[in-house]
Amino acid sequence: MRVFLTLLLGGWLLATTAAANEPLEFASADEEARFQQLTQELRCLVCQNQNLADSDAPLAHDLRVEIHDMLQAGRSNAEIKTFLVERYGEFVLYRPPVKGNTLALWLMPLILLLGGAAVVAVAVRRRASLPDEPAGTDEELNN
Amino acid sequence: MISRLLPLALFILLGVLLAVGLTRSDKKSELPSPLIGKPMPEFSLPLLGRPDLEFTHRDLIGEPFLLNVWASWCVSCRVEHPLITQLAESGRLRVIGLNYRDAPEDALAWLDQFGNPYELILADFSGRTAIDFGVYAAPESFLVSANGEILYKQIGVLTPEAIENEILPRLEPAAPSLADQRP
Repeated sequence: MRVFLTLLLGGWLLATTAAANEPLEFASADEEARFQQLTQELRCLVCQNQNLADSDAPLAHDLRVEIHDMLQAGRSNAEIKTFLVERYGEFVLYRPPVKGNTLALWLMPLILLLGGAAVVAVAVRRRASLPDEPAGTDEELNN
Repeated sequence: MISRLLPLALFILLGVLLAVGLTRSDKKSELPSPLIGKPMPEFSLPLLGRPDLEFTHRDLIGEPFLLNVWASWCVSCRVEHPLITQLAESGRLRVIGLNYRDAPEDALAWLDQFGNPYELILADFSGRTAIDFGVYAAPESFLVSANGEILYKQIGVLTPEAIENEILPRLEPAAPSLADQRP
């Protein structure tokens, strides 16, 4: 029974992964890994919150085949990304290059982290400088 | 006092951000095309219904045209079809079709039903040429100049406003040179 269930589950997992992606053949495991990495870093233009690896849209299928063919033809990852950016714009890149209009995007996490650290530092210092008070009035003083 | 107002200020800031995001969300799905101002991509495609005839990008150069990407499976294409027909019949602009990822028999049946306003229709069965044009959803329309440069891209259904405000004004600089060419 357990063997049957394992087989059933295994078969179901295989079926679900095969459903999203068409059968593509790769010359090497390295090439397949590059394909996986690229399709995960590139956005599907139809369903814009999915990457190319996950999307079931016909265009995502076409683009996966296109990327596969370019890998077979020996094109580099950068060349493949350039191919897509030339046609669809930098929006296809989930990891856009650092430049003027993407600076806010790249720096925001750092700014938020530093801002949070500053808030914590101020709060800790203020609390440390307070004279010891009963718990009840502590709340009011902090506000 | 300031620390008391800070949460309120942050809340208002967040509200403004969300309001901007919400009011702009209908335009968010429209991506600016990197192809504007560039020559149209090279291609060689058969004509719909005439698989023996191949057309290339060079065959289309000479007079400005609107390349309308459509398919029989595309519901919005039916919505814009009367306007495409009207534009083609007005004679103000050549209208060329790009039949996108469609079965030829379905596409021809669709034209029988709704009428065929196109000067000619390129059949892109595989969708490969559409990738070169950066097409990601039908319908899309490209305005191409007389020398083959992409001037404007309409994503989604063509509207009378887009024709009047975006497409026809872009044709004006080219109009005198066209008149000069006529005997």
